[in-house]
Amino acid sequence: MQKIPVIEFNNFGYQYNAQAEPTLSGVDLTIYKGEKVLIAGPSGSGKSTLAHCINGLIPFSYIGEITGSLKINGKETKDMSLFEISKTVGTVLQDSDAQFVGLTVAEDIAFAMENDCTPHEAMLQRVQQAAKEVNVLDVLAHAPHELSGGQKQRVSLAGVLVDDVSVLLFDEPLANLDPATGKAAIELIDDIHKRTEATIVIIEHRIEDVLHRDVDRIILVNEGRIVADMRPDELLCSSLLGDNGLREPLYITALKYAGVQLTEDMCPASMDKMQLSDEMRSQVQSWFRATPPAPEKQKGEELLKADGIRFAYPNGKETLCGIDFELRRGELMCIVGRNGAGKSTFSKVICGFEKPQGGVLYLNGEDIASLTIKERAEHIGYVMQNPNQMISKNMIAEEVGLALTLDGMEPEAIQQKVFDTLKICGLYPFRNWPVSALSFGQKKRVTVASILAMGPDIIILDEPTAGQDFRHYTEIMEFLLELNRQGVTIVMITHDMHLMLEYASRAAVFADGRIIADDSPARLLTDGDIISRASLKETSLFTLAVMCGITEPREFVQRFIDHDREVRQR
Amino acid sequence: MTNLFNYIPRSSIVHKLTGATKLAALLLLTFASMTSFDTRLLGGMVIFAFAMFGVSKIKLKEVAPVLWFTFVFMVLNNLLIYAFSPEEGVAIYGSRTEICHLFGMYYITWEQLFYQLNVVLKYLVMIPLVLLFVSTTNPSEFAASLNRIGVSYKIAFSVALAMRYIPDVQREYHDISLSLQARGVEMTDKEKLLKRIKNVTTILFPLIMTSMQKIEVISNAMELRSFGKEKKRTWYAARPFRKADYAVIAGSVLVVLLSVGLTFLNGGRFYNPFI
Repeated sequence: MQKIPVIEFNNFGYQYNAQAEPTLSGVDLTIYKGEKVLIAGPSGSGKSTLAHCINGLIPFSYIGEITGSLKINGKETKDMSLFEISKTVGTVLQDSDAQFVGLTVAEDIAFAMENDCTPHEAMLQRVQQAAKEVNVLDVLAHAPHELSGGQKQRVSLAGVLVDDVSVLLFDEPLANLDPATGKAAIELIDDIHKRTEATIVIIEHRIEDVLHRDVDRIILVNEGRIVADMRPDELLCSSLLGDNGLREPLYITALKYAGVQLTEDMCPASMDKMQLSDEMRSQVQSWFRATPPAPEKQKGEELLKADGIRFAYPNGKETLCGIDFELRRGELMCIVGRNGAGKSTFSKVICGFEKPQGGVLYLNGEDIASLTIKERAEHIGYVMQNPNQMISKNMIAEEVGLALTLDGMEPEAIQQKVFDTLKICGLYPFRNWPVSALSFGQKKRVTVASILAMGPDIIILDEPTAGQDFRHYTEIMEFLLELNRQGVTIVMITHDMHLMLEYASRAAVFADGRIIADDSPARLLTDGDIISRASLKETSLFTLAVMCGITEPREFVQRFIDHDREVRQR
Repeated sequence: MTNLFNYIPRSSIVHKLTGATKLAALLLLTFASMTSFDTRLLGGMVIFAFAMFGVSKIKLKEVAPVLWFTFVFMVLNNLLIYAFSPEEGVAIYGSRTEICHLFGMYYITWEQLFYQLNVVLKYLVMIPLVLLFVSTTNPSEFAASLNRIGVSYKIAFSVALAMRYIPDVQREYHDISLSLQARGVEMTDKEKLLKRIKNVTTILFPLIMTSMQKIEVISNAMELRSFGKEKKRTWYAARPFRKADYAVIAGSVLVVLLSVGLTFLNGGRFYNPFI
């Protein structure tokens, strides 16, 4: 069968007007009809810009300069219109909440048809059909805030499917989804691919999760150029992922540590298809035996204790149904579970943002029910997911010193404290900068610094690494780890299984308003029952250990994590 | 969190009317109650307006916050009217029936009381009608109706879009406010009012930043799905005009005619029981 090109980049380059350097240069890339392609790259590599070129937002919504050529179905995109392109390329954006423009699911699915002046009757019918394809029929009349993250994403997908597009572009489909929902999303994309034979382009940096189902090619982008364009099996045998600031699938890293020589005919891209010889198995086994277990960490004294906390929003069902929880000084732990399981509500109760209807909270053994939000904040700091939600001053030093200024502290003392905090957070060189000049990761640090300046014992962070590539993720997490070493107790609310495996000594798993497990991450992520009840995902390391006939797979996971962290710190 | 202005879906005759009908009726009845000071007409309209709550199956309790807010405003308005022109009624009705003397220039007269009763009645017509309109009209359907009566669809759609994002912005405001309170920005009544207002503005900076980010995503999402491509657009939520719609509009026009008619009959906007 002859391959028909759908998207053709030819020596293509693009420079935003506001940027000094081109974001993309010398891009040669052809995507053929019916292919399923993954475009991966670290933050700022140009992969999102590449996506904008494919769906027409460039050149029609962003101002910049194009060099070379980009053809879709043989037509130069510069000579088309955004609307013409959107009839060929359907885009599912990363932020499925903000892109939900309808007041209800049905209206959102119908949006493109409304704009095309589709008659009312035909519209009703087509909405039903599209909703059925992505399985949201029973929520057609629901408003966006009544949906889960996964449902919102499926609605976005239905909204582009109504157009009979021949290319589907997914911009970071896994961001903001819990692990099990992310897995389901990848499966749905695969099903749609098989059913409609559409060309699928996925932009994502979480490669292991995308590879849950086969893709034809992986295109690796870095610094505005294409650094690799090959089959997944081929790519995983190379060191290109790590070299370009991306995370390899964990089982691949483990095999490499064990000294296994990866070859394409082993099918390393798919855990299900991968072939391991007996020799490779024994290589993994002997690595396991040779790697020493990490020493147990000493437990600190009890810092925070929750006893039977119950909470319900007005007119809602109970969100927390009796939470017992204990936090020890010096811990670094995670709270996990699907959206709506009560994780955020629980942290709000701890911070005093919400008043529980039952139960007692103890800090250092004392009941803190009577403390105000501010009084609690002196002991327990809360860092929100989006740093833009927290920053209210223009200058970094001002922002970090806000709480101290409001406290009426002497200006000299404030400056001293702010500078000390900025030094800890690696922001001292930027002390006189405006906040707007910082990157996302640096802003995150500023928000942590502004909480840290108040000298809390505990910091709670909501999704500290959301939307960050591997390098920034490591940067943020190593920073938090350093804070932890200096004595700050850290609690993180997260969907990221890697984060929890690699950094937390312990994780509390929330499901339906209860804590259903509280154990070491390596043990939790190998427990099938907990995994399915809390929408988590089994780690591929566990599967690998079982494949290699290791009798203590949990211990294998733990040793890998300890070893890996050590290697990366070198 | 309470949403002050919110569509409350129910199954009632009022809900089934198109948004355009309800908007037209609201405007016509407002016009009638604004122009007339005829107590009989106003009284009748008050009874009608409250009766419509029953018909549309909306409980007064559900709109209580706004109701209270406007009620306070009404009382304030009446006090001010009395403070600035205590003899307004006397001037209008051309007679003076004193009840008692308060102090200085302030007397209580039957004429003034009657005049202010009319002002109260106007409030009592308007408030329930506006609340009913808001709580029985699906915003998207309303947008479709606006478009049908000739408003550009881009403007009409922005109404629906605002309704879609108001709860999001409220939630965001709430979260930001809590995180700032934790850092000592006091927003409860422990702080003096002026300082509190200044503190509330601290929230606006992050709120605007996050909203700006969202706007970019939303406008991209809309353009990618052909918004603005054609001169017209169809509406999923559109509903056809039915007999009831025509009847309601006709009824509202009648009320306006009645109010105009009474003005002629009374020889002015006021109904005068003092002659």
